[in-house]
Parts: sequence; structure tokens; C-alpha cells
Amino acid sequence: MTSTAWDSALGAEHRARLTRIAREVSFPAGTRLFEEGRRADRFWIVRAGTVALDIHVPGRRAAVVETLGRGELVGWSWYFPPYEWHLGAETTSTVQAYEFDAATVRLLCEEDAGFGRAVASWVGGVVADRLRATRIRLLDLYAPYGSGDLT
Amino acid sequence: MTGVPVPYRVVRTRPETADTVSITLAPAGTAALAPFTPGRFAMVYAFGVGEIPVSVSRIGAGELVHTVRSVGAVSAALCALRPGDRVGLRGPFGTGWELPRAAGRDVLVVAGGIGLAPLRPLVLAALAAPDAHGRPNLLVGARTPGDVLYAKQLSDWAAGGGPLHCAVTVDRPSPTWRGRVGLVTELLNEAWFDPANTTAFVCGPEAMIRATARELVRRGLAPDRVRVSLERNMRCGTAHCGHCQLGGALLCRDGPVIGWDLARDLLTVREL
Repeated sequence: MTSTAWDSALGAEHRARLTRIAREVSFPAGTRLFEEGRRADRFWIVRAGTVALDIHVPGRRAAVVETLGRGELVGWSWYFPPYEWHLGAETTSTVQAYEFDAATVRLLCEEDAGFGRAVASWVGGVVADRLRATRIRLLDLYAPYGSGDLT
Repeated sequence: MTGVPVPYRVVRTRPETADTVSITLAPAGTAALAPFTPGRFAMVYAFGVGEIPVSVSRIGAGELVHTVRSVGAVSAALCALRPGDRVGLRGPFGTGWELPRAAGRDVLVVAGGIGLAPLRPLVLAALAAPDAHGRPNLLVGARTPGDVLYAKQLSDWAAGGGPLHCAVTVDRPSPTWRGRVGLVTELLNEAWFDPANTTAFVCGPEAMIRATARELVRRGLAPDRVRVSLERNMRCGTAHCGHCQLGGALLCRDGPVIGWDLARDLLTVREL
């Protein structure tokens, strides 16, 4: 199997440490995991299934901006103050995941600098990847003339 | 390969999306082009309008299918063709995907937008020779659900039951879309391939090719096993006019398919 984002971004030792404090959870399709503006007190690693990240738009169905699949981190707002979700999240299929208590993980990061650096690098990498992906999608590359008019 | 267009007649046309049509062509007379292989292209001449390069999107017995997106005068004329109309064809040109070079390895096909068209015959060839390769994967990115090419075929492949792992993602979902949303590279986590023993084939907008190739190399694929199809302004098809020059390569002859080991540096030079 191809190494997943979770597999490739964190060393085995740090993954094992996180896994020891994880809860194995399962959600049916259509479960709201979190809502924009609420307290970000948990996060998840998807083991199977898909989660959609969305933005509430008044008078319209929530706009899905990205989906996350196997091995991917659902939620990074738990890592940065003020620990509030920037988006909403909903399962689009049955999802199996590792669930983590955010405060516990932050405390582990403070107690063990090596572990803290690894988690910071992982979460920062996830944020950077999503920023990169968003910028590429902003180009609307698949439109007839890609990123704009011909010169 | 011919220098003079060979007349072909339109057997049938099939709308793929709002602006894209698949055109099935057969020789109008006794003359026919040499056999095509996946990834090679023809110069397709809309009489009285002009000529453009178009890869084959299906290779049948005595028939060629070209999938054309209407973005200019010539492509619009091709999209307006009806059964019985005639066009001129030159070719086959270019290097092609060269699937046999991937024998024994997993096959990873990554397509963006209309880039799926030249990759479809490669996927069909891989499926036709399942014992020659590891598991084939097809990852597709599109602008919206309505822009997904060959939607029925992809849906059948994605439904499973066959050896192909197929997944589709879109940039802009419709309210009824229940599939993936995001960059095509985000589908890589769920594909089944061994980076150390995989050949990847990538076609799409150049920025998408760069992002995909870099991610594949980051995951451990050798750059020369990431085959990318590049597009430049091809005119003559015979490496004489220089319109398709990219660095030291003339893409109508040396491409359009080249290895990422060669393409990587060329694609970072502006106005090259």
C-alpha cells in the first residue's frame, strides 16, 4: 500500500505514541464532526471513508471545499489558538478513524520537545499542503484557458 | 507518417461534456495512416479552417477516436462535425506513452481535465494486458462533475469489480456531487502502488503536471518513471518549423511524452 500522509509525515515512534492515546471510532455517513466557530477540542485521522470540509453559506446548502480520505488529518484548528474550527466537517461515507483529545496531545507536546517538534512539523505540513492545493485550485486550471486569458 | 493530410470521414460523434466532443474517424478511401499507439497524436485538419494536434483517445479496428474541446476556431469546427463530414489527418506523431516500458510495474495514471483523453487508450491497453503489469490505477481531476470526461466509463470503473482502482475528484462540486473534492494529488493516498516499482503517466494542465510529478517523486518514484505529456504550439508535426521547441527538444518529435527527469528543469524556465 502507498504510504499515507499520516504514515509518511510522522515517525513510527511518534505515531505509536499518538495511537496509544487514540480512540477507535466509527461514524455513519452524514455525521457532523464539527461546526465552524465551535471549540476545537478533538481531531481525527481517517482510517477508512471520506470526510467533507464545508463552509456555511446563509440560504444555501453548505459549500464543500475539500474532502479528506484515508490517512489524512481531519482538523488542525485544535493546534493553534484560539482553538476554534474554521470550517465544518461531515462524513460522506461510513468513516473509521482514530480520534484524539486535543488538550492531551498539546500537553504531550509541551512535555516532550522531540514529540512536540514532530507534531508541529506534521500539522504545519498539512496546513502547507492544503494552502498549496488551494492556491493551485484558485488558478482554475481546467477552465478553457486555465489561469486566465491568453497573452 | 505522412506529410500530406489523408482524408478521413466522421463515423459518429459523441458529446462528452458541454464543450467537448469525441469524434470517431475512419479512412474515407483506401489510404490510411499507420497504426497509432497510446499517447501519439495526429494533426487534424478542419478543411478551410485550420489544423491542430489532437491525441487519440481510443484506437479501434480501422477507426480512431479524437476527443476535442472547443476552445478556438479549429477545435470549434471539429466539435461541429457531423457523421459523413470529412477531415484531413497527418500522423501518427510523437513518442507515445510506451506502456511496454512499464512491464512488471504498477501503473499509475493521473489525468487532469481534457488530459484524460490521451490517457484513456493507455488505460484500455493496460486493462487488456493485466498480466503484464501490477495493479493499474486511474486518478482523475476535473473542474466540475459536469466536466468529467467519459463519465459512464469512469463510473463503471470506479464501481469496482475489475482490477482498476479508479477515483475522481473535482474542484467545484455541484450540490448533488457525493465524490471527492480537491486536487487530484489528494487521491494518491488511496491508490495502490509501490513507489519503488511504479511507472506513472501524467497529463493535464502544466501546473497540475508539475504538482503531481513533484509529489510522486517525493513519494519515491524515480523521475524517469514519471512520464508526462507536454503541450506546445505544434504546427508541422515533423520537427522542422520549431514552433513546439522546448529547450533542446522539439515536442512533436521528441515528445509530447517525456520523462520528468528531462521535463523538470524545462518547465521551471519562463517563456521557454
